[in-house]
Amino acid sequence: MAPTRRQTKSKYTVDRGMPGAFEGETVTRRRFMTGTAHGAGMLMAAGITLPALAFAIGPIFKNVTLGWQTIGYPDDFPNNDYVPVVITTSPGIGEAGKSTVYVRARDPQVDKTPPNQYNRWVAITSRCSHLGCSVLWVDAAERFICPCHGSVFDLEGVRVSGPAPRPLDRFYTRLFDGYVQVGPRYSVNSELRIFSPRDPGEPLDGIGQYLYPSRPSVRKL
Amino acid sequence: MAKKLRKPKLPMPPLPPQALAPAPPPGTQRGRPQTPLEHAGEAGKSVVDWVDERTSLSGAARWLMFRKVPKGTNWFYSLGSATMFAFLAQAVTGVFLAMYYRPDGSGGAYESIRYISTSVFLGNFVRGMHRWGATVMVVLVFLHMGRTFVFGAYKYPRELNWVIGVVLLILTMVMGFTGYLLPLDERSYWATVVGININGTAPFLGPYLSDFLRGGAEFNATTLPRFYAIHMLIVPGAIAAMIGAHLYLVAKLGTSAPPWVRAKPDRDLAEEPA
Repeated sequence: MAPTRRQTKSKYTVDRGMPGAFEGETVTRRRFMTGTAHGAGMLMAAGITLPALAFAIGPIFKNVTLGWQTIGYPDDFPNNDYVPVVITTSPGIGEAGKSTVYVRARDPQVDKTPPNQYNRWVAITSRCSHLGCSVLWVDAAERFICPCHGSVFDLEGVRVSGPAPRPLDRFYTRLFDGYVQVGPRYSVNSELRIFSPRDPGEPLDGIGQYLYPSRPSVRKL
Repeated sequence: MAKKLRKPKLPMPPLPPQALAPAPPPGTQRGRPQTPLEHAGEAGKSVVDWVDERTSLSGAARWLMFRKVPKGTNWFYSLGSATMFAFLAQAVTGVFLAMYYRPDGSGGAYESIRYISTSVFLGNFVRGMHRWGATVMVVLVFLHMGRTFVFGAYKYPRELNWVIGVVLLILTMVMGFTGYLLPLDERSYWATVVGININGTAPFLGPYLSDFLRGGAEFNATTLPRFYAIHMLIVPGAIAAMIGAHLYLVAKLGTSAPPWVRAKPDRDLAEEPA
């Protein structure tokens, strides 16, 4: 230690000869008061900051499930061609909250997934699984084609070419009171296995489902 | 044959003799004001003196503005200031656009922009300044960055200022991204959808970042107000603070000479020849 440096005081109050000191005590009154003031200040700052932060990131944790929407009668949907219907994905913002869904009846020759009450109609989203542009069903080619970056999907919504990392998302469908209804969205991997809804651009094959985990804001049915 | 080149000298402009008279040296008694103009001038000086006596701001202003600059300083050194003035222009026009803009996702935003563009006096002009000024600012940021890189002005002791500059670059990009949605026409809607989905492709945190930006799993009624708050409150505040830090370091460290200017070492400091 440099000789000019001031001798540091002992951390024990007894060694420093403080009145009322006892064996092993290190916290002086001054240190206690400073700590209390700093602690109270931090507590008050946290009391303002943390609720505000939680307020901003709250929607991440809020589950919003799309309700069932009636789209027509069973006869409206053939099993060899898609019929576009418009559903509301976010209420209250007009056109910006609407989305097109392509619906056809299930065809056992094409759809090999086991039938259940939620897939009697195949409802495929128009939201491209690459970056979310609107795909178009081109009847003559029997393909979904995305205008933005040229992804192409077949009749089942499985990627044929282009940059899309997984098939097009689907919606649950059901027969309710004689009407066909479209329900919540779900994502599928290239084997048409069902996953909770993922955003576009997120692959679901291989380790994709772990790199892009399911979110609390949307779950599968 | 080598004729020495003379620097051309500009002729003296025809100025009134008062302007050519040397200013009285500082600290001397100013003459009693005679004309009303001189009285007004004295009033201004005494107000400035009053503030300066209580704040010593003139020292800080002199420290910030009257710095020594190295030989070879040229017009490329003005790109940083140009970027800052682009930001100030964005701030001023943005504040006035906020007087008419309505962050309403159900069509009110588009209508308010249409109203600004078609009906407000000079509305299209102010919106045009903000819209094109954004592009100008991004271009200037990159030119400034390129100047710093090519001139080697990021080297010791100015590395931290480079880091702050990168933060400013990212914040400028965030401004561009969040501002693009606000007109809420087809182009901005789809650009935002695609942009948010690009954010979402980051592994692990990407999906949550997308949900944070949208305020939910889908584009919804809170998305536009969210972008508006980020665009006009959070990021501009951060940019202003970062510009303050950036400028402080520029004034503190000084600017660097261009790489082609060789410093002449002081004769006293020069190494003795062996």
